[in-house]
Amino acid sequence: MSELGKYAPLTYFQLMEVSLRELLVEKGVVSDAEVDAVAADMKSRGFERGAKVVARAWSDPAYKRRLLADGSAACEELGLDIPALRLVVVENTPAVHNVIVCTLCSCYPRMLLGLPPDWYKSRNYRSRVVREPRAVLAEFGTRLPDQVAIRVHDSTADMRYMVLPLRPAGTEDWSEERLAGIVTRDSMIGVALAKAT
Amino acid sequence: MAAEALAARFKPGDRVRVMKAYPLGHIRTPYYIRGCSGVIERICGAFPNPEELAQMRSGLPAQPLYRVRFAQAEVWPDYRGGRDDTVDVEIFQHWLDKAAE
Repeated sequence: MSELGKYAPLTYFQLMEVSLRELLVEKGVVSDAEVDAVAADMKSRGFERGAKVVARAWSDPAYKRRLLADGSAACEELGLDIPALRLVVVENTPAVHNVIVCTLCSCYPRMLLGLPPDWYKSRNYRSRVVREPRAVLAEFGTRLPDQVAIRVHDSTADMRYMVLPLRPAGTEDWSEERLAGIVTRDSMIGVALAKAT
Repeated sequence: MAAEALAARFKPGDRVRVMKAYPLGHIRTPYYIRGCSGVIERICGAFPNPEELAQMRSGLPAQPLYRVRFAQAEVWPDYRGGRDDTVDVEIFQHWLDKAAE
């Protein structure tokens, strides 16, 4: 809690987490060091893995086909461990824009994108993006013409989703590494577009 | 995928309707989509039934899980957006019935 920088009463869920963690440590099920190590690993994980997958798909059409057919298997090719058959990659095209949400809780492709941003878990985003996706996208600065179909993907069960953004024009001769540098977290959630910067 | 799994009753392209039921418990079928009809986009495989798992039971036999595509204009009567806008939702087989073509 020290990173909050000020004293505040614990919320119901924070209290539940502390109680459960202390009980598990007391009973010898896990140690404090193990809990810290897992938390540090989760916090250190960013969206670089996802960006790497996107850059490869942009650069290699055969890889892109495999990625869209079986996301988990295609990630494994790059040495990324994703549970079998669980990752669905959805492709943005000039005619279709995809966006991801979990209306029931906050399911998120953590193995590729790290921890979800707070807004992704907010009730506001979760309830509105499924009902008025164009308005929500506009709040992220993403305005799409009506001719572009918007496909919302609600991760309600065992699948996890990642958007393969549209490759920006003017990046035709870019290396895979340079391409990975312009892939943002938000473009892989689908609330933003990848831009050549 | 669980070894003990029910056979898939639907295939991609089939028109289905989500049951309009409100049982208590841990349900992964969102309220907003109950009663709506859509088209099977793909079969995701079979997974232990989360409603049973939440009760500390095995969830077996595993339930086929589908991605069902719904037209936004049908889900929200006052929807504002393109006519081709859709929402894809993962629905377990026991929540689906065959819908009229």
